Amino acid sequence: MLSRATTKKRIFHVGVVISNKEGARDPEGETVLRDLVHRSGFADVKGIRAGKYLRVDVEAPSEAAAEGLVRKMCDDLRIYNPAAHSIVVEAGRLPE
Amino acid sequence: MRVGVVRFPGSNCDLDTVATLMGIRGLSPKLVWHESDELGKFDAVVLPGGFSFGDYLRAGSIAARSPALSAIRRMADEGKPVLGVCNGFQILVEAGLLPGALLRNLSLRFVCQWVSVRVESRRTPFTALAREGQVLRMPIAHGEGRYYASDEQLRDLERSHRVVFRYSDGSGRVVDEANPTGTLGNIAGISNGQGNVVGLMPHPERCCDPALSPWGSTDGRLIFESLLGGDR
Repeated sequence: MLSRATTKKRIFHVGVVISNKEGARDPEGETVLRDLVHRSGFADVKGIRAGKYLRVDVEAPSEAAAEGLVRKMCDDLRIYNPAAHSIVVEAGRLPE
Repeated sequence: MRVGVVRFPGSNCDLDTVATLMGIRGLSPKLVWHESDELGKFDAVVLPGGFSFGDYLRAGSIAARSPALSAIRRMADEGKPVLGVCNGFQILVEAGLLPGALLRNLSLRFVCQWVSVRVESRRTPFTALAREGQVLRMPIAHGEGRYYASDEQLRDLERSHRVVFRYSDGSGRVVDEANPTGTLGNIAGISNGQGNVVGLMPHPERCCDPALSPWGSTDGRLIFESLLGGDR
């Protein structure tokens, strides 16, 4: 039982952010920047990219393993389209 | 020729497509549920438009993993004609049967209008009866139809003449004003390397009956009649 406890799995929250690659125009981000942010005087904001966020709850032995599994899932199932999107996979941080 | 028309949860052009194909002598269409294993017995397949799986995650991305796509992949490999219209095009792209991606329209709007489309290649089973440069009037209706590909993919598509349709003006000039979505190179449809898999955003099934068009356009018939032969 003791050895089992040392390899005990727990749930990790892994965030996946999917957004358009730099070369692919992002009209939503452009509109937020132009028509909301710049119009309201936040001139120092130089760019906004909109994206899609998925929170994936994974049972894994470690944070690194959880991230690895989610990365594999994203690649295998084409959760993003590599022709047009890039993704960020990061464990641990939850939206407030 | 037996043509399977695949219905996914959320397809909504499936019955229009079947009805249209029934009106073309020589084509024998049948509606096929996406989980059915009978697709293999068909000579050709059409993935119709709609909102498969509610467009969740990204238009076409969930349907691309449906059992039907395994059968469609085999049909594509065997050289059978495969056509994806609108959401069907999105599904073929998401399944990797066609390169690139279909992103949200630059206007962020769902665009629903009649357009002119120039036939760029007649080396596909869906354009064999067209003249190269022929202008077809067809309707579009989509929110995610802005074709995008990497520079390298785009060069490859152009070099191998796999751009099949481009948005143009009424006289066939490919100009920015005729681009309804911000799609790269005015691309409205492409094919795979072999030419037997074609995807396009316009809806040919909606312009086969003169009653459905303000201009009485039946230009869509050409796409489906081409299936029955031409000098490919």
